[in-house]
Amino acid sequence: MSILVTLQEVLSWILILAGAFFVLVGAIGTVRFPDFWARLHAASVSDSAGMILLFLGMALQAGFSLVAVKLAIIGAFLFLTGPTSTHATANAALVSGLRPKEAEGLTGAELRNKDTAQAIEPDGAKDPGA
Amino acid sequence: MIYTIAATMVLIAMLLTLYRLFAGPTLYDRVLAVNLFGTHTVVFIGILGFLTGRPDFLDIALLYALINFVATVAILKFFRYRAIGDVGRTPIRKRKSASRRIKLPKIRKRAKDSGGK
Repeated sequence: MSILVTLQEVLSWILILAGAFFVLVGAIGTVRFPDFWARLHAASVSDSAGMILLFLGMALQAGFSLVAVKLAIIGAFLFLTGPTSTHATANAALVSGLRPKEAEGLTGAELRNKDTAQAIEPDGAKDPGA
Repeated sequence: MIYTIAATMVLIAMLLTLYRLFAGPTLYDRVLAVNLFGTHTVVFIGILGFLTGRPDFLDIALLYALINFVATVAILKFFRYRAIGDVGRTPIRKRKSASRRIKLPKIRKRAKDSGGK
């Protein structure tokens, strides 16, 4: 029985430290990435992975109690609303005309125009990094 | 001990997110930073409850999570329609809001022979 308790403690420590690591890494990525569209990825790491690991670790520490139920409710709610609000932010940015830096002008609506598509396509086929 | 380390890491993450909130070049960077800061606050309240040995603050964390989501959606809706409440009456084409005046970036027309680097 004592082995199980020790295993639970160690597992919860690992989960909490991993969650805090992911939260910190996501925040560092939010500061250092060059573009809004790149920052979305870092924010999602911090928002989903770090939060879930932290709440799992804290629920393991709490055991079977009301606190674990509250943690599960908060975790489920954040699990649903985090990607939703990230998607809403990305959608609003796209609608307002913000475009990624590397592919400026490469939207679907403008590629339907024939002569601009011809102006873009051979260049992009030759040099994918541009 | 483990909670102190986790709380410190989350606090550093909150400070970095605050930097992005104040320095974000566009509006959407700031909205993203506000959303992320709210999630960090929920996590930090939970850790703080376990750190002090009284995990009774989780109700506040739950309330904060609810308000955070609603606030993000409300901010985005306000800056798209310039109104929070009744936006269904007038379609977006007829109103002169600032978000419609932003034009899409123009395509740089490059000659075919100057493409190779």
